[in-house]
Amino acid sequence: MSARRRQRRAAAEEAEEEEEAAEEGGSDKEEDLEKRLCELDLRSDLDVPDIPPPTDSTPEILKRALSGLSARWKNWWIRGILSLAMISGFFLVIYLGSFMLMLLVLSIQVKCYHEIITIGYRVYHSYDLPWFRSLSWYFLLCVNYFFYGETVADYFATFVQRREQLQFLIRYHRFISFALYLTGFCMFVLSLVKKHYRLQFYMFAWTHVTLLITVTQSHLVIQNLFEGMIWFLVPISSVICNDIAAYIFGFFFGKTPLIKLSPKKTWEGFIGGFFSTVVFGFIFSYFLAQHQYFVCPVEYNSETNRFVTECEPSELFQIKKYPLPPVFQAVLGWETVNMYPFQLHSIALSTFASLIGPFGGFFASGFKRAFKIKDFADTIPGHGGIMDRFDCQYLMATFVHVYITSFIRGPNPSKLLKQLLILQPEQQLSVYKTLKSHLIEKGILQPSLRV
Amino acid sequence: MSGTGMGDLRQRHGREPAAARDSEDKESESENKLDGETASDSESKSEFGGSPPVPTSDDTPEVLNRALSNLSSRWKNWWVRGILTLAMITFFFIIIYLGPMVLMTIVMCVQIKCFHEIITIGYNVYHSYDLPWFRTLSWYFLLCVNYFFYGETVTDYFFTLVQREEPLRILSKYHRFISFTLYLTGFCMFVLSLVKKHYRLQFYMFGWTHVTLLIVVTQSHLIIHNLFEGMIWFIVPISCVICNDIMAYMFGFFFGRTPLIKLSPKKTWEGFIGGFFATVLFGLLLSYVMSGYRCFTCPVEFNNDTNSFTVDCEPSELFQLQEYNIPVVLQSVVGWKTVRMYPFQIHSIALSTFASLIGPFGGFFASGFKRAFKIKDFANTIPGHGGIMDRFDCQYLMATFVNVYIASFIRGPNPSKLIQQFLTLRPDQQLHIFNTLKAHLVDRGILGSLEDA
Repeated sequence: MSARRRQRRAAAEEAEEEEEAAEEGGSDKEEDLEKRLCELDLRSDLDVPDIPPPTDSTPEILKRALSGLSARWKNWWIRGILSLAMISGFFLVIYLGSFMLMLLVLSIQVKCYHEIITIGYRVYHSYDLPWFRSLSWYFLLCVNYFFYGETVADYFATFVQRREQLQFLIRYHRFISFALYLTGFCMFVLSLVKKHYRLQFYMFAWTHVTLLITVTQSHLVIQNLFEGMIWFLVPISSVICNDIAAYIFGFFFGKTPLIKLSPKKTWEGFIGGFFSTVVFGFIFSYFLAQHQYFVCPVEYNSETNRFVTECEPSELFQIKKYPLPPVFQAVLGWETVNMYPFQLHSIALSTFASLIGPFGGFFASGFKRAFKIKDFADTIPGHGGIMDRFDCQYLMATFVHVYITSFIRGPNPSKLLKQLLILQPEQQLSVYKTLKSHLIEKGILQPSLRV
Repeated sequence: MSGTGMGDLRQRHGREPAAARDSEDKESESENKLDGETASDSESKSEFGGSPPVPTSDDTPEVLNRALSNLSSRWKNWWVRGILTLAMITFFFIIIYLGPMVLMTIVMCVQIKCFHEIITIGYNVYHSYDLPWFRTLSWYFLLCVNYFFYGETVTDYFFTLVQREEPLRILSKYHRFISFTLYLTGFCMFVLSLVKKHYRLQFYMFGWTHVTLLIVVTQSHLIIHNLFEGMIWFIVPISCVICNDIMAYMFGFFFGRTPLIKLSPKKTWEGFIGGFFATVLFGLLLSYVMSGYRCFTCPVEFNNDTNSFTVDCEPSELFQLQEYNIPVVLQSVVGWKTVRMYPFQIHSIALSTFASLIGPFGGFFASGFKRAFKIKDFANTIPGHGGIMDRFDCQYLMATFVNVYIASFIRGPNPSKLIQQFLTLRPDQQLHIFNTLKAHLVDRGILGSLEDA
């Protein structure tokens, strides 16, 4: 059975190769390389199992409603309806608050991780080694524990101070996380089975790279969220808007292909998407910046045991007058304009979302071609897996985080205070003296007062 | 010459007796005939049939070859390893003598060499020399990650120096952003370099590069952090791992009987346990000797006036002799009631225990890796020992452990770093923190009713 399947695949592959060779007039060198690649485990096409036909997970109700239309429009409608459903779900979760958002991000992270690991299993036929699934999930748990511990300790400081057991966990958090990770590492080493070394190492590396991509990004998303929901909403919306706008521009005006990796992308879509995303980000942040709910850092109120977003809006979110450069003055007829400073930052975010964000999409396209899969999974009808929707967000979360730490805020004062209080008394005293002299120097503190 | 070279080759690298190796090959081939589906095995056959294993060159220096030409091959191997071991240990001492700056440079060189070795293995496995972009991209990523980590270290420890020079100040203020931009450039170059027929290969190399960076570069930077805590935190862990290696080998050589793990057939339980006790003892003695010297126990600081590293300080209480009561059990054995030790020696027991019990797992990991990719050694840099990675494989986890240990149990946050963060806050935040700190100090009685203490 398997031998026949292989032969069939081999025959199909050969036919495909011949076709390609005839088309491109492939050089000898390329063929040699291909042959050598076929020797090792890079027998890319023989190794990858038949992709199971994508299960049609479109709900019945949609199928009946759209049964009259042609296939192309049917696909368009399914995608459209699901997009609307996702966007509405997104708004609903925003309304429900920060905690629900955190849970949502966590669930998406777990699902993305699951999708990528499943691809790895299929590529390497490693379902026969059940240790891997346990180990992969265990590593996911460890890394999440580590990251959540670091964030939780900062933001829930008051909550944590009250409970003894949590105190212990927080103080030795790094050590505990490291011990947990080490246990996983030792289990991996002990689970090495004589004939499957290479496979096991591949899965180990695959797991770690996946963790690096999905878990770190999701935690940066949550940290951005805690800065203020606007730092979470505007970047994600910009990426989504860029996706949609580039698709629409490409649909109507698309002519010049952009990159070989994704033949459906066009330069017209790219540039049109860029401008529309910048305009969208600009307008969207104008609306969001008016509400405290979006603008204030998320804080945990220990009395009410809930998240609160109430504060004095920082100067980023207070309207200022900006003089327009003469170029725009002639066009628009105004001399000054009232904007939020945040809108200028939103231009930077939208620019990144339109110019560099697509590289994340190309990366995922290349990945899918490399492993010969059409979609990451079949979770969302018409769209593919969760990863397919989030591939452009990869870099966005990191960029926003780096942007915030570099340009917006300095270190977190309460965290700094917490660290100061842990120091040894002599150290505290010397720090106190240094700070005092600094403050006096800058005139913030009056030297003559008996402080 | 080449004839004897090849003979040496086969004998020197015959860690397992040649008969065992042959039988292993036959076994794997017969298994291949039974089930052809698993990806891991199917290529072993073709690899042995097709491309030969990476030829290892005999680069024992001439002088050694001549000096040892009379001995039998087994003792010759032993002598070559022994001499090289002594050479490496002497080199280690020289570097310690030369000071922290040289140590940092050596750590960096070792890191680059390890990275190069692992990447070269990746190239050999994937025949990817034909895609020259990879070499460039791999080195570029190494540069980016090193830039990021060194920038963070430099910003922490050379704070005043950085503040003085204008370009350095800007670089350090926007350091994360600059590093991220550099990394992004590499990422985009990678995406643009994807070539139609070689997607999978390229993704493999990308993954390989990143995992290697994760292992090699982070460990080396943690080592440098440990170094800055005090050279003793650098020397004792590394010496414990080396001692454990040597002692386990000796105990195994003389008393070894029960094999420890299938991965490394030469390791034995006797070696493991003997190595454990010997390492703990060695750690205790070494830390006793070292704790007496300031140059080892003091944190490394950069002196702005002399523009050099100084190790001069008041030794912390970890490095001051204290009287400890010996538990009753040992009292009868040793005959003393109390013993004067440095508290650091208690910590050294923890470090040695980790080095002996968990450190070897790093070695097993490397052995598994070598078996998975069918290589004998990582490279041939050191005659008789293999590559640099072969020597440092047990150190993988040690550096992280020491760093986590220090952060959790020894010291709190770094005061100068806190001051530095303080200075970037807004004035109202600064005032708020200052007042809170003052209230705290007054509360604790550290700051009495003194006006300006």
